[in-house]
Amino acid sequence: MGILEVRDVNKNFGGLKALQNVNLDVQEGSVHAIIGPNGAGKSTLLNCFIGRLTPDTGSVMFNGSTLLGLKPHEINQAGVVRVFQTPEIFSELSLLENVMIPAFAKRDGSFKLNAWSDVGSHKAIREKAEHMLEEVGLADDRDKTSSSMSRGDKRRLELAMCLVQDPVLLLLDEPTAGMSRADTNATIDLLKKIGGRGITKIVIEHDMHVVFSLADRISVLAQGTVIVEDIPSKIKGNEKVQEAYLGGAHL
Amino acid sequence: MDAILLQVLNGLDKGAAYALIALGLTLIFGTLGVVNFAHGALFMLGAFCAVTINKVLSLQKVVLSQTETTAWGTPLEIRTPFAQEWFGDFGLTIIDYSVPLSILLAIPFMLIVGVVMERGLIRYFYKRPHAEQILVTFGLAIVLQEIIKAFFGANPIQQNAPELLQGAIDFGAMFGDPGALVYPLWRMVYLGFSVVVILSVFAFLQFTTFGMVVRAGMADRETVGLLGIDIDRRFTIVFGIAAVVAGTAGVMYTPILPPDYHMGMEFLVLSFVVVVVGGMGSLGGAVSAGFLLGILQSFASMTEIRDLLAKVGIVGLDQIIIYLIAIVILLVRPRGLMGRKGVME
Amino acid sequence: MLTLFTKSSEKSDLLLLALFAIVVFAMPIWLAPFGAAYPDLMQRFAIFGIFATGFNILFGLTGYLSFGHAAFLGVGSYTAVWTFKLLGMNPIPAIISAVVVAGLFALVIGFISLRRSGIYFSILTLAFAQMCYNLAYSVLTPITNGETGLRVLQDDIRLFDAPTVGEGAPLISHIGGIEMQGMPGFYFCAVLLIVMVGVAMRIFRSPFGMMLKAVKTNQTRLNYTGVNTRPYTLAAFVISGMYAGLAGSLMCVIDPLAGAERMQWTASGEVVLMTILGGVGTIIGPIIGAALIKYFENIFSAFNDQTLDGIFSFLPEPLKEGVVNVTSLFVGDGWNLSLGILFVLIVVFLPGGVTEGLNRTGKFILRRFGIGRDPENEEKTSPAPGE
Repeated sequence: MGILEVRDVNKNFGGLKALQNVNLDVQEGSVHAIIGPNGAGKSTLLNCFIGRLTPDTGSVMFNGSTLLGLKPHEINQAGVVRVFQTPEIFSELSLLENVMIPAFAKRDGSFKLNAWSDVGSHKAIREKAEHMLEEVGLADDRDKTSSSMSRGDKRRLELAMCLVQDPVLLLLDEPTAGMSRADTNATIDLLKKIGGRGITKIVIEHDMHVVFSLADRISVLAQGTVIVEDIPSKIKGNEKVQEAYLGGAHL
Repeated sequence: MDAILLQVLNGLDKGAAYALIALGLTLIFGTLGVVNFAHGALFMLGAFCAVTINKVLSLQKVVLSQTETTAWGTPLEIRTPFAQEWFGDFGLTIIDYSVPLSILLAIPFMLIVGVVMERGLIRYFYKRPHAEQILVTFGLAIVLQEIIKAFFGANPIQQNAPELLQGAIDFGAMFGDPGALVYPLWRMVYLGFSVVVILSVFAFLQFTTFGMVVRAGMADRETVGLLGIDIDRRFTIVFGIAAVVAGTAGVMYTPILPPDYHMGMEFLVLSFVVVVVGGMGSLGGAVSAGFLLGILQSFASMTEIRDLLAKVGIVGLDQIIIYLIAIVILLVRPRGLMGRKGVME
Repeated sequence: MLTLFTKSSEKSDLLLLALFAIVVFAMPIWLAPFGAAYPDLMQRFAIFGIFATGFNILFGLTGYLSFGHAAFLGVGSYTAVWTFKLLGMNPIPAIISAVVVAGLFALVIGFISLRRSGIYFSILTLAFAQMCYNLAYSVLTPITNGETGLRVLQDDIRLFDAPTVGEGAPLISHIGGIEMQGMPGFYFCAVLLIVMVGVAMRIFRSPFGMMLKAVKTNQTRLNYTGVNTRPYTLAAFVISGMYAGLAGSLMCVIDPLAGAERMQWTASGEVVLMTILGGVGTIIGPIIGAALIKYFENIFSAFNDQTLDGIFSFLPEPLKEGVVNVTSLFVGDGWNLSLGILFVLIVVFLPGGVTEGLNRTGKFILRRFGIGRDPENEEKTSPAPGE
């Protein structure tokens, strides 16, 4: 019984079969990696989880209830939170505000007309956000606006924005894409650190170094179907996987 | 039946004006990604091309009569237009045909206005937020209309269709029922003109290489740019064409509605509604919604329907019908009748 | 721009508001040298200040550019006059009912318009405003009295003050015998302006305001953050519609007459211009913008060919003629032309408006004199509002 159960999901774009009978079981508290060559349908699958796309057929169950047909904010309120491939942040606001917004959304739900109180007077939220910024190592910049940050910092900020919501399931779409080796390692450490909180994570990643240092289980997606699902050590030697990557340099 | 046909015809000429403005709006939006709040002003500028030409052609030579005097005993002034003085009856004919002749001025003039507008101002706004694009074109619209007001005054200036085209066609007589369906000839001309313009724009986009590039640019500007095609220069020309379409539409509309300086904004607001109903970015949608809304508006202003509505307490529906329909359509089909996904989201 | 106030604490906010109140109440004194200290003009400063402040809550915070806010101004005006007609000339019920009715209108129009964003939203609000204008001008003549305009008549019901006001007494709004005209009228509007600016300050600093700013920067992200953005934008729209309704009702408190022209697109465009001229997203900017425009409108409109002749009389005759002719295009009736040109220039060269201009100049001066090396320092020493 997984926390996220994906059953026979199909998605076509015109004639292109992006996803074919995809099945996935993500165990609570585990790190589940989805890998596969470009165009295998990884991002499409992730978009089906957060309400950006709706599968043509099949079901996506989270904690026993369906995610299909829910609006993005409803899915987030249910506890499924996503880190985007290109960092999506509120670039004109300060770092602290960036993290306080999701904290408010977690506490107050999808809408609350809180127009009379001062932002600063919500001490608990503020402290939580400050603590989160400390944890990702951005506490010193909390009053700066986020537009001038490096890509790596933006990614860490976005991670803080997601973690401050205490998600049940965290979706990470290539969390280290475009990062230097040092930044990548720092991110891995960070993700490992938060792993202790029992947050279930789904990671989409190209960088096999990241995948094998993080994942408990790996699903390999190729041409829209899951060809193998297993623990990392068994994936490494799997012929089907190597075939799918056709000499993929990383393996 | 005849009454219905008459309303359809009545709606068509107004709808044609909406369609022509909406066509240009869509063309500019699709290619340049800019919503041109000054497009109504271009329609108005066109209309004032006709006014200018008429004024120039009608310039009069004033001669004091040697023999006749007025009631006050002063010599009678004899006024003859220079055109008549120089060209005789042919001159008079020219004056009579001033509205259609104005198109000859309107085409180059509007083309220049359009190109200057795009090169001089709008191109600096491609990369800026939509709100600023709207604001700058809106400011430009005010400037244009106030300039016209300063030169031509605030009152509408009546323009006449050529005498030959001033009459009406009795469609009823053709079907053996004279008087049942009479339609002003000039409106027929306007309708024909609009159809020709619309078809030429479509043909131009469909069958020329230039049009093909423009259509490709509308679909995916970046890729076309990457192909090494100088898309900017072409888009300048597109802007010029849209200006010409709006301007000539304005010229030809003058005998139907005496132009004044703020006619542009009124037509613009309705044309926006047309674009929204038709679906942003869809040329076909813009044109068909233009005609559709024109006809609906004309039906709502039908005496029978007005009387009927007045009985249930609704008056003046014709004033707001377009807006109501737009609301309904947007509630049912948020992208408009022919809107594509991904445009303006 | 947003940092002008967001960094201050609640206490310093109160201090700023008190300062603002002093500046506003002292207007009759410090505006005198500018020849603008007469009540009629100062009333307009306050009323349009309220209008622009409300508009800024929508446009400045969420980035949704409404082109139809004049509709709420008009709705507020008509409601106020009707309240006068039915209940009497006390301005308080008129203001309350105008705010409520304008809010309801904003709720309906916002509900539909906010289904779309960006350009679509601007177009929809513009169309709605034009529809309201048509409704007021012709369709709803029994309610709005069409092109003549709606005014209070002697034989209106006026439930509460019909007995106290004798036949033939002038129909002027009043509280406890003080007529809302001249200076009392100005002070009445000024108090409301200060209150409404205070409310706007609180909204700007609240979690709600922060959400609205987030809508402006990245609405998609906000959705994926678990926030339903639609009710937030709708609330902002309704609040700003209520500000407009209040402004509209105040116009009728000063002069109990409501006309459809108040709802025309030009009026909607004017409030947009006021806001961007002053500085979008700042508290004080829109009020400065409103005051500047009303001030220059007042000055420019007063010019005619004779006054221009007088001004340029030092020039030789033929030159004077030319200068007068050209200048007259921009003044008097030509004020709108100047307004349009100003509009374009501001959008092209100073999208941040006057407050940004002042900030920039301030920073430039500081840098020149080597004071403001520290960015924090620059922030604090930027020009105080109201100067």
